[in-house]
Amino acid sequence: MTTLKRILKTGFLNFKRNGWLSAATVMVMVLSLFVLGNLIFLSAFASTILAEFGSKIDVSVYFASDAPEENIFAVKKDLESHPDVAQVQYVSRDEALQVFRARHKDEELIGQALEELGENPLQASLNIRAKNPAQYAAISEFLSGKKYPVIDKINYFENKLVIERLSTILNSVRGGGSVLVLVLSIIAILVSVNTIRMAIYTMREEIGIMRLVGAARWFIRGPFLVSGVLYGASAAILTVLIFFPLVWLISPRLILLMPSFDLFQYFLMNLLEFSAILFGTGILIGVFSSFLAVRKYLDI
Amino acid sequence: MLSESRAGETSGFQNHVAEIKKRAMIFFDNVSKFYNHNSVALKDVTLKINPKEFVSVVGSSGAGKTTFLKLLIREEEPSRGKIIFDGAEVGELDRRRLHLLRRRIGTIFQDYKLLSSKTAYENVAFAMEASGKSDEEIDEDVPQSLEIVGLKDKMHNFPHQLSGGEKQRVAIARAIVNRPDVILADEPTGNLDPINTWEIIKLLQKINELGTTVVLASHDKEVINMIGKRVVVLDKGMVVSDKENGKYLV
Ligand SMILES: Nc1ncnc2c1ncn2[C@@H]1O[C@H](COP(=O)(O)OP(=O)(O)OP(=O)(O)O)[C@@H](O)[C@H]1O
Ligand SMILES: [Mg+2]
Repeated sequence: MTTLKRILKTGFLNFKRNGWLSAATVMVMVLSLFVLGNLIFLSAFASTILAEFGSKIDVSVYFASDAPEENIFAVKKDLESHPDVAQVQYVSRDEALQVFRARHKDEELIGQALEELGENPLQASLNIRAKNPAQYAAISEFLSGKKYPVIDKINYFENKLVIERLSTILNSVRGGGSVLVLVLSIIAILVSVNTIRMAIYTMREEIGIMRLVGAARWFIRGPFLVSGVLYGASAAILTVLIFFPLVWLISPRLILLMPSFDLFQYFLMNLLEFSAILFGTGILIGVFSSFLAVRKYLDI
Repeated sequence: MLSESRAGETSGFQNHVAEIKKRAMIFFDNVSKFYNHNSVALKDVTLKINPKEFVSVVGSSGAGKTTFLKLLIREEEPSRGKIIFDGAEVGELDRRRLHLLRRRIGTIFQDYKLLSSKTAYENVAFAMEASGKSDEEIDEDVPQSLEIVGLKDKMHNFPHQLSGGEKQRVAIARAIVNRPDVILADEPTGNLDPINTWEIIKLLQKINELGTTVVLASHDKEVINMIGKRVVVLDKGMVVSDKENGKYLV
């Protein structure tokens, strides 16, 4: 108990006494955590964009004009049980006509043509949204493979090239983004680890002396781990404090660029999780690198 | 017949050796230390130091005195031979338990080895904290041992705010504060004036009289001759003389 108290006290004291060294270490960790925070925002931003693009892609199945509705519903049911399908929306011939009319209400010629025709020229359709753009091919195969007699055409085969390209782009953005996030995080963490190692390197003689006057290894290591926690926690606090005004300033500009992404709102909504990640990472880096750095000098 | 009696002799001899080792506080068994191939620090040193003895290890600069002490607390490993401390072989102790050996030995290092980020008081207190002493004991014993070495008024100075002799006295206070079984004093008066030197030697003698084994390494003739106890002379790493009531002549 007294020992634990002593370790904590020494850890705090060292953190305070090595003022400049601690400040420099914390600053480097703030930079790392700042990079990490930005990566979190970036990936949130990217997924909003990707989701938006993804939602613009769909595939429609058109039915013969004389197809009975129950047959169409049978196809809808089959589709809904397909694992790749996220959503299926039925548009009847009448609805299609209404939409068509509404869209062309200012064009007299079209209205006139419809009147002259006397009957509804539009086909009923199912709009299919896949869980992932890459799955449209499989869904289309599935439909054409079943050879439903009521299906007139599937527009996937017309839009095939566009859909495939878009889905490869989306996937490579996602993949490249993850790699970038990983590499930048690793660099940031390595820089922090090395700074802490340098800070402890300056203490190597003291560590040896402590051993020689009879201190157990954990009694020496303990305070360094406490300091490591303090580095990480202070860096996390500072980073969150820096992000507040920054996000507040950038958010309105970003909304102009991307109306569906409100950064400040996102920041506030996820503040707890965001802080937890920064604290967790900071403390983990602090403790882990202190642990490794001290170990080297304890072998005496 | 012949081989039998030889075997008997051998085991009897071995028992005798074991008995000697058991009684000794410190036993160097044919120890050599080479830092590198052209530097022989100790060569074939066999030496026994009994509990409560006061031994002066003398010799000119580079004779191996500091090395002798370093081997004992395993700051260095011997190249050959064994070192036994109170019945246990030092080289066989687990590294993680070495502090238990070092807590029984108070060392006054030739280069003081003070913690530069701690005050004089904290340096002495650290040795007590590390060995798990209570806060009350620390509050009582630290000022007392600083008082003994005459440094009570400077106890809140950091090492860089102390003179060489003052640092040496902090090192002495730290070595004695835990009342160890053995005190190793490596040139403990090297930076002290004659009056302080005399005080420290008297202190070591008193501690010895109270039952602590003291090993003093020094090349100060006057100091050694003043003590008048056992003197071991090292020359180029070898024991060249070992006498009770010895004098340091060369
Ligand atoms: N770390 C080391 N590496 C290489 N050689 C060393 C090392 N430490 C000591 N030596 C050598 O070992 C020999 C004995 O050194 P030691 O420090 O034991 O001498 P000493 O008797 O304490 O001398 P002094 O009276 O000057 O303190 C010397 O020749 C020295 O150069
Ligand atoms: Mg020496």
